[in-house]
Amino acid sequence: MKTKLLGVFAAAALLAACESTPDQSAAGAGQTSGGPRPGSQEDLVVNVGDRVFFDFDRYDVRADGRPTLQRQAEWLQRYNTVNVQVAGHTDERGTREYNLALGQRRANAARDFLVAQGVSGARVSTISYGKDRPIALGSNEEAWAQNRVAITSVR
Amino acid sequence: MTPFSDRPRLLTDTQVEALRTLSLSRRALLGAGAASIAAAGLPGTASGQGAVIDITRARTDPLPVAITDFQGAQPYGAQIAQVISANLARSGLFRPVDRRAFVTQGQEATPRFADWRAIGAQALVTGRVEQQGDRLRVEFRLWDVLPGQQIQGTAYTTPAANWRRIAHICSDAIYERLLGEKGYFDTRIVYIAESGPRDRRIKRLAIMDQDSENHRFLTDGSWLALTPRFHPSVNQVAFMSYLRNEPRVYLFEIDTGRQSLLGNFPGMTFAPRFAPDGNSVLLSAIRGGDANVYSIDLRTRAERRLTSGPSIDVSPCYSPDGQQITFNSDRGGNQQLYVMNADGSNVRRISFGQGRYATPVWSPRGDLIAFTRIAGGNFAIGVMRPDGSGERILSEGYQMEGPTFAPNGRVLAFYRESPARDTRGGGYSARLVSIDITGFNERAIPTPTDGSDPAWSPLLP
Repeated sequence: MKTKLLGVFAAAALLAACESTPDQSAAGAGQTSGGPRPGSQEDLVVNVGDRVFFDFDRYDVRADGRPTLQRQAEWLQRYNTVNVQVAGHTDERGTREYNLALGQRRANAARDFLVAQGVSGARVSTISYGKDRPIALGSNEEAWAQNRVAITSVR
Repeated sequence: MTPFSDRPRLLTDTQVEALRTLSLSRRALLGAGAASIAAAGLPGTASGQGAVIDITRARTDPLPVAITDFQGAQPYGAQIAQVISANLARSGLFRPVDRRAFVTQGQEATPRFADWRAIGAQALVTGRVEQQGDRLRVEFRLWDVLPGQQIQGTAYTTPAANWRRIAHICSDAIYERLLGEKGYFDTRIVYIAESGPRDRRIKRLAIMDQDSENHRFLTDGSWLALTPRFHPSVNQVAFMSYLRNEPRVYLFEIDTGRQSLLGNFPGMTFAPRFAPDGNSVLLSAIRGGDANVYSIDLRTRAERRLTSGPSIDVSPCYSPDGQQITFNSDRGGNQQLYVMNADGSNVRRISFGQGRYATPVWSPRGDLIAFTRIAGGNFAIGVMRPDGSGERILSEGYQMEGPTFAPNGRVLAFYRESPARDTRGGGYSARLVSIDITGFNERAIPTPTDGSDPAWSPLLP
């Protein structure tokens, strides 16, 4: 449900980003509209969506993650000097070494999706943290779901 | 920490005049001692060859041993006795006799065995420490109380700062003489010291003696460190570091603190494990989304791929003879344990129980493979034979993993995690524990901070 909310928000924000383009071209890195600087990490998080989620012990991109990755690909094509890193994570319900590999597979799956959308693979690096850098700190299904994730960030 | 060159020196027979006067020949006495202990009805030492602990007996009836303060230079004498006593008690197989019951303090040249029999001691440890400048000469004797005989008399010299190792070496001698197999007290544990909230957890390489003493942090925590494993020489560790955000396997020299990249291989490298001969390292490397097992030759740094295919093959570990490798793979649909020949041929699955199986480690004795099992919403540590038969679960809980064998194959260390009880991670902990391979005597291994990924060293060189 969190992803859906993000989606709606991201759609609205994308429009706002388009509207602000003329200002941005004049001001360069300025924030005349008060929103995140276009092409920035904050822009990616707020207006595009920086993460996609996975099912337990799976690394295939779910249907609900595809629109996010599509927006990331479009965003990367618009800001074609920006490089990103995709970090793969897992929940805590696995062993450390296996989860390092699973996290890497998730990062690779997200990167491969971006590349399939036309983004140069050279712009997208990957890293896996397995279960060792959780996003949510609880020990319940809600936290685990948030930690089965690939997160894109500007490098 | 004392460098290995300072290993306590076993004095030659000519240096141990006092001991020789007490014994015709050490070898003969040892034989007599073992036989007399068997006669006294102690478990499993009857033959003197291939003797094994009768764990069923020992766990309900640990062997009562009286350990007197070593005479002479203090506080060393008393401290050595304390360390020996703590080691033996921690094993679960011995019960140090309450010293308040001692009639004498072991100062006589020949013990008054009736006094020790009267308080229920079956074995007696006495000793003497002489300080010679900054060195110690430690004399140690083990007595079989019932027939009233010396089982062992040994002397060592060592720098005074090294007195703990003397205590551990004496503990190993007692363990071996009374139980018929080698001890594991003169060893170290390398592990990951953890602190801070889990999303910004600081993970440092750390090392300590098996009794948690002489603790030392080896890395400063700037980068995540994971999964250290000892080189057979014990002076080098292979581990995974996120140095400069590039997760790779590194080698770390304990004496010098020197850290070096194992090799410039493409992709993430992780899950290192030295070969028994110390000449190569097994690891997993991810290329194109698949994790495969590779062997890296430490002299040439040449790699050799041992597994293939679209699967996650991780946590490789050699058999003690170096002829086989166990690892876990999801090639069959979920994580299971496999064994293959050291060249990658003849792969066969060995785990068939309920759930997922991971982190297989081969016992130094070759007879068992320890593993982590995830089933029914719980984690467990267990052992099975290398052909997959005889599976036994030793410990079970919310989360635990990463078993590592003590060098005699009788004790495992692993780490246990408790669940967070709130969304901020409160209540979460990671702790090192040890357990006898029969599943009894689980106990915490104290560490200054949280700990994970323990690796138990061989007996120190």
